[in-house]
Amino acid sequence: MTAIPTQHGYVGRPVPRVEDAALLTGSARYADDLPVKPGTLHAAILRSPHAHAELLGIDTAAARTVPGVAAVITGEEAKRFSSPFLVGVKAPMEHWCLAVDRVRYVGEPVAVVLADSRYVAEDALDRIGARYRPLPPVMTFDQAFDAASEPLHPALGSNLVNRRDFTYGDVDGAFAAANWRVSVEVEFPRNSCTPMECFVVLADFDAAEGGYEVLSNFSGPFAVHPVMARALKVPGSKLRLKSPPHSGGSFGNKQAVFPYIVLMGVCARATGRPVKWVEDRLEHLMAATSATARRMALEAAVAADGRVLALRMEQTEDCGAYLRAPEPASLYRNHGNLTGAYDIPTLSVVNRIVLTNKTPTGLNRGFGGGQLYYGLERLMHRVAVELGLDPLDVIRRNLVPAAAMPHATASGGSLDSGDFHACLEEAVERGDLEGLKAKRDAARAEGRLYGIGYAAVVEPSVSNMGYITTVLTAEERRKAGPKNGAQASATVAVDPTGGVSVSVESVPQGQGHRTVLAQVAADVFGLPMEQITVVTDFDTAKDAWSIAAGNYSSRFAGAVAGTAHLAATRLRDRMARLAAPQLNVAAEELVFAGGKVFAAGNPDNALSFSRVAAAGHWSPGTLPDGQEAALRETVFWTPEPLKAPTDADHINSSACYGFIIDFCGVEVDRDTGRVRIDRYVTMHDAGRILNPLLAEGQIQGGFAHAVGAALYEEYAYGDDGRFLSGTFADYLVPTACEVPVPVILHRESPSPVTPLGAKGVGEGNCMSTPVCLANAVADALGVETVTLPLTPHRVAALIHGEEPPRPAGSTAPARPAAATGKPGGRGLTGEGSRAVPATPEQVWAILLDPKELAALLPGCEALDLVGPNAYRAEVVVGVGPVRGRYVAEVALSDLDPPNSLTLSGSGSSALGTGRGSGHVTLERHGDGTLVTYRYTAEVGGKVAAVGGRMLDSAARLIIGQFFDKLIARAGGPEAVPERPSLLARLLRLLGIRP
Amino acid sequence: MTALAAGTRHPVTITLNGQPRTGHAHPRTLLSDFLRHELGAHSTRVGCEHGVCGACTVRIDGVAQRACLTLAVQVDGRRVDTVEGLAREGRMTALQDAFHRHHALQCGFCTAGILMSLADWLVRVPKPTEAELRDMLSGHLCRCTGYAAIVRAVMDVTGQTTESVHV
Repeated sequence: MTAIPTQHGYVGRPVPRVEDAALLTGSARYADDLPVKPGTLHAAILRSPHAHAELLGIDTAAARTVPGVAAVITGEEAKRFSSPFLVGVKAPMEHWCLAVDRVRYVGEPVAVVLADSRYVAEDALDRIGARYRPLPPVMTFDQAFDAASEPLHPALGSNLVNRRDFTYGDVDGAFAAANWRVSVEVEFPRNSCTPMECFVVLADFDAAEGGYEVLSNFSGPFAVHPVMARALKVPGSKLRLKSPPHSGGSFGNKQAVFPYIVLMGVCARATGRPVKWVEDRLEHLMAATSATARRMALEAAVAADGRVLALRMEQTEDCGAYLRAPEPASLYRNHGNLTGAYDIPTLSVVNRIVLTNKTPTGLNRGFGGGQLYYGLERLMHRVAVELGLDPLDVIRRNLVPAAAMPHATASGGSLDSGDFHACLEEAVERGDLEGLKAKRDAARAEGRLYGIGYAAVVEPSVSNMGYITTVLTAEERRKAGPKNGAQASATVAVDPTGGVSVSVESVPQGQGHRTVLAQVAADVFGLPMEQITVVTDFDTAKDAWSIAAGNYSSRFAGAVAGTAHLAATRLRDRMARLAAPQLNVAAEELVFAGGKVFAAGNPDNALSFSRVAAAGHWSPGTLPDGQEAALRETVFWTPEPLKAPTDADHINSSACYGFIIDFCGVEVDRDTGRVRIDRYVTMHDAGRILNPLLAEGQIQGGFAHAVGAALYEEYAYGDDGRFLSGTFADYLVPTACEVPVPVILHRESPSPVTPLGAKGVGEGNCMSTPVCLANAVADALGVETVTLPLTPHRVAALIHGEEPPRPAGSTAPARPAAATGKPGGRGLTGEGSRAVPATPEQVWAILLDPKELAALLPGCEALDLVGPNAYRAEVVVGVGPVRGRYVAEVALSDLDPPNSLTLSGSGSSALGTGRGSGHVTLERHGDGTLVTYRYTAEVGGKVAAVGGRMLDSAARLIIGQFFDKLIARAGGPEAVPERPSLLARLLRLLGIRP
Repeated sequence: MTALAAGTRHPVTITLNGQPRTGHAHPRTLLSDFLRHELGAHSTRVGCEHGVCGACTVRIDGVAQRACLTLAVQVDGRRVDTVEGLAREGRMTALQDAFHRHHALQCGFCTAGILMSLADWLVRVPKPTEAELRDMLSGHLCRCTGYAAIVRAVMDVTGQTTESVHV
């Protein structure tokens, strides 16, 4: 039997997508578009405004009385109906789907309101009273290491969750013998690919069956399915998980919807009704997931020619408040390729995992690769600088040679194929590196800041499900049982009319899996693509799947499309055995092409494809003896080279490894620090390309994410734990104006490991591009250290030094003093003065009168004296898009009548917390008083996250309103007092009226 | 201006893609929610609900606007066009077809908003330069495509070629 040569088929051609019509005309259905059952309740989640606090109690009574509210769910229900999530390392750490006794990051779910509509549910959130006792937050690597810091999980005793040391070869010997040592220390920031569609969960509980049915845009890995089922205290078969036909992007992030699947399952069970929850953007940015922040220290033992003989690597991973499945995968995903594209024979590694009071981390495009290569390729850049070599020559001298393929890396990886040197030389030639160098030299001759950066990486794809167990010791692994492989599955079926359907477990998130699978199956069966129907919405109760299922680790092209090819081929071969007797030829001589099945030597001796396909459905009694009908084939396939970690901790963490060599030219604006990408060249060897149009789309998209990570994006926190980037106006993702078009080049070295020779292609630039740009900026500025993201503020500081603080002692007008505030925080400071037409004694009397003060405070709806110079105030404050009612404790202290006082207060609302103090001095100034004030304030919770940019102006506005009222009160004729006695007193004091 | 009772749902009648449609909305109901959940016009996607991402862009009396920053009751009596109304009798417009040919969409979540902005803008700016186009597109966030294919598709459909693709 002859397979159709694929160069004449669909595979390898830039076929436009079958997905597009529904998306372009608006008929596509995403999770939030699907119908809900009658009686469905809509959920809104109350989230912690504190980074770290004991949860003292939750009063839900008022919220329950809001018309339309059916229930309010708290940690009590979570404890009754669920158990904590499994943790990937042995550690006493309880992560519940709702906080039970402590909150550990801003945005952690605390309670859920279930109501007839989302609007009503959100209304009721404001009526929940949650009481907290704040604890000192752990926000930095140094704090996490500090034994004096508050442990997030007291039973753990420390915020260092895990440490593992690995040594591969005689590292110390290599260092002793080396001519040079070069080292770098870097930190990779928190960021996230932020798909445009947020999380959606529709959950239902069938009390009679004792099972959950959930539809969500969960993207896998389905290794998390057992984690969810266990948390819901049901066997896996009782958690039926479905995916919608379309998903609005994931980039790994939608893995992190899984705690909400459990949470909404609990809600459905507790209420006995179906539940729907749609995450909003603030929730997503604040609390969904994040890439890990990583601190790395690397040291290379280097020969005089730039060859790296040994590498010492220390990695510390910030996984946030909980080690949430599948973490600490970010740290171990690249364990087999820690030496990148280089032939570095010896390696030692120290891996540490720490917890901080930040959002738990998870899958994010490039998964661990952006972090690893940021360290490794900054190191290679420094090797070149310190040895006075051309960076490209350093790369050349260290790349794994083609003759060494497959190459065993020091840590156990098996680089499967590729000619890295040929890729490099072709990129230099076709990407015109010489032209770029000439441009750089010309720019520098004019005094401009222009630099060139390089990066070479291997792009791992099709993860070994066993790599994560490298975090365990060999002894722990023996106890737990070996884990390895990457089971992919695909089902191909023919229907009674000759139509072919393909279904897979890859849960696509917009890449075009349906198109590629139709290409693959159409080629196998010799049919037009239109005759292939590909089903990618997924149902754990009915579809073939295993724990590796899902959309991550660039597994589609290598594993899933390959498995579909195997299933289609197996079905075709069975059809051939059924057709052969009818055509009187051997099955091996049959050709499937043009919708027919015919003898290779005699095309007229043919049957139609649909006739052969139909036989098994319509006339199974006529099949040749011993032959089963050819109706449907399901294939499970796992890459052969994926074994469990060895006792010596060698692990081949991925099935295949693509290669990328990038170089770029950037120009830095000397005045503003803005980085402009002048030219970017990226050369890929991703094995066989199944659809060049889609591969280019993946590279462009990955590149855009990488530009964001390099230049703009960071999940910012104040040092008191406040989250500061809760809108797309604060968390800046690149727009069409910021993303240039890279030059994309390809070589194709088919992988010997995967059925179609394909490797992953979509994540690579998230690994190579951030560091390539950083190297270029370092080259442009001639500096040793750069910090991501390379925002104008940071880069300008490298050029000009840190911005000096504002001159002290300036009296007016109030303006933000960001430079003197806490770095990265939403701490407000300001000062100013206003002239008030009344004597200091008069102003003093007003300020110390509760009723007067209440009238002057903007938004104050109640002010009660609760003690000597202590008040309880209810104040409505609006900042930008949000408005909240704060209950505040206000105290006056340092009273020096009528000269000065200190006003301090703290308050909280459903929108978050605030505290601050102001010092006021009254100075006689002619007939009136010069009131001078200086204040500091900190604002947390939702207001800080979404209104941060507006806080300074809001503070100025509120203070301005206060003084306007004070001036009017003190001197304005319209000042109508509330108490005659006060009026009399004021009039007497002011002498305005009799 | 008419004062509407906050706790009551009010009838809202619009001309949606040429057809009269009536639904009910509280005064605070967003147009995006009204279109999606009251009228079942799902093509309008919600990506941020604070006016930055552009996914929910629809045309109101022909002008591209954010449905998430518009109240349903504001459009009573007005014409609203969504991406469902672009194709005629199953035939996609040249712009939609160019998006398809150039692979200018992946997950498609932002696409409807971009198409609606372009449908308005290209009437006024039929031959944009690439810089003008990128400036206009900066009102939309797309996390999948890196924008290059979108730029190519629009330059193609306006009878131009892109300048920035260089090898």
